[in-house]
Amino acid sequence: MSEAGFHHSLQVLNDACKGCTHCMKRCPTGAIRIAKGKAWISAELCIDCGQCMAVCPNDAIKIEQDPLSQLQRFTYRVGIIPAPFFAQFPDTFTVTQVLSALYDIGFTHIYLAETGVDILDILEAKENAQALPLISNFCPAVQRLIQIRYPLLVGNLTRLRSPAQVTAIFAKSELKALGESLGIFYLTPCAAKIAQFKTEGSEEHRLFDGIINFDTAYNQVSTLLARDKEKYANQNAGFTFPHCTRKALRWSLVKGQSSNQSGRALAVDEMHNVIEFLDILEDEQETSLRFLELDACAEGCVGGILTVRNRFLATEQLRHWSTALPKELSQDLVERILVQRPSFENNLCLEAPQPKQVMGLDKDRSKALQKLEKVDRILAALPGIDCGLCGCPSCLALAQDVAKSQASLRQCVVLKLKDPKELNSLARIWGERPTTANGQKDDQA
Amino acid sequence: MRQEYLVPAQDFSVAGVASSNLKRLLKQLNINPFTIKRIMVAVFEAEVNVIAHSFGGRIVCDLEEEEITIQVIDTGPGIPNLDLAMTEGWSTASEQVRELGYGAGMGLPNIKKNCDHLTIQTKAGEHTHITMRFCLKEGE
Repeated sequence: MSEAGFHHSLQVLNDACKGCTHCMKRCPTGAIRIAKGKAWISAELCIDCGQCMAVCPNDAIKIEQDPLSQLQRFTYRVGIIPAPFFAQFPDTFTVTQVLSALYDIGFTHIYLAETGVDILDILEAKENAQALPLISNFCPAVQRLIQIRYPLLVGNLTRLRSPAQVTAIFAKSELKALGESLGIFYLTPCAAKIAQFKTEGSEEHRLFDGIINFDTAYNQVSTLLARDKEKYANQNAGFTFPHCTRKALRWSLVKGQSSNQSGRALAVDEMHNVIEFLDILEDEQETSLRFLELDACAEGCVGGILTVRNRFLATEQLRHWSTALPKELSQDLVERILVQRPSFENNLCLEAPQPKQVMGLDKDRSKALQKLEKVDRILAALPGIDCGLCGCPSCLALAQDVAKSQASLRQCVVLKLKDPKELNSLARIWGERPTTANGQKDDQA
Repeated sequence: MRQEYLVPAQDFSVAGVASSNLKRLLKQLNINPFTIKRIMVAVFEAEVNVIAHSFGGRIVCDLEEEEITIQVIDTGPGIPNLDLAMTEGWSTASEQVRELGYGAGMGLPNIKKNCDHLTIQTKAGEHTHITMRFCLKEGE
């Protein structure tokens, strides 16, 4: 996957931001600093996991929202809908009602993203990553986390296409007669998918014509369901998902993937657990594990930043529906898939992801070495409280920023309170240059 | 830059702590992940050797622009037959150590495989001093 500039879907609203440091302390890649009283996100380090947005008490982190009106650019509009979307609605609405409301807000064709799981099965897709344990590439935030923070594990990432991609290829192939007037749209529960889609050169960018956030679609569908109660009340034909198997419907839930692997597998959800686990895994010399499912969000995709309903209720809902689904796909759907087989020829695996070396102190190794020593010396003098008042997430981060000339020791509030003079002499010792205490400018230079 | 880590004898619960701390430093130096992996494997094996066989020791890491040198120095009891010790599968590990999943006889062979230059000074009844060098230049 080539990507000149990675697109980010999250943005700080300066007017609303109070610089309270909540987001900075939560960020899994240490991408956030507070400068001049406002949070600032490093484009190099951000993985679009949405943790900052979830924790912000002031609604100061904005996620990109494309309007639903984008559908109108196309005559035929395919919605690739992940099953968790249907689980956003309370039990009072049936799947049939939600589905018909989806057609009414503008889709002409609906495919379930999870069908891709079954398609991969039917086509007997083979994983071509070699290093064990395999780490699922299903969660885009985890994939990016590994590329940035765990470069030693990049070779373990799986390369099979995601179910949504596979379904998109399937839909495109089935409907190719519609030609240029066909638009394919993905409904996303998370920020990381938006970022993937909007990054030029990415597979998502190539396969989808637009992306619609869960909450945007939820609001539209809910409006219709509330307004035309009577119309939708009659569509109650006990319709369930005809288009995937039981296992596929559970794919985005925790253990949805790991429970279907041959060999030993485990699932970890929620960013801080994932990080704790990857820290250990990167040091692991030998392991009997064959497959790892790592989900950035608690409970998997139903815990996505754009979801509306409580994640536990949504999980239960999907599990409940899945029990009514068959273990095998219906014969006619299998045949539909097999007819499109040529479109998948040599097209089921992605290129190997590459590590992103952005955690280094300097591109030049001798400078990086000097800075590493400097970090050590500075860190020894810092209080180690990790209070965050300096605008860096930890004392170590401040030491690294000072070593990189992106921050000043004077930012340390504790040192300042202790002895203003001492601080001046410390700054003299390390020859730090005068700075505006603004990492932003330095980084962009 | 020099960094030292102490490695206690017989304490398997800390196996990997030194190599993991070293990794954290290496990641900040823009070193190719494959090279870091090689260094990690070799240092981890040496660390386990010190814990399993010696009376304790230390790991001294010298980080330079084009080369990383890692010395593993323990306080004994030394390796009586180095040729045998370099043979894959040959091990003097105690039953107790093997029960913990170590002592497969791959330690030294693995170290040799992963570093660019290896010297071992040892004398039975005395100490063992292993020096591993890793070249950081691209393409080597």
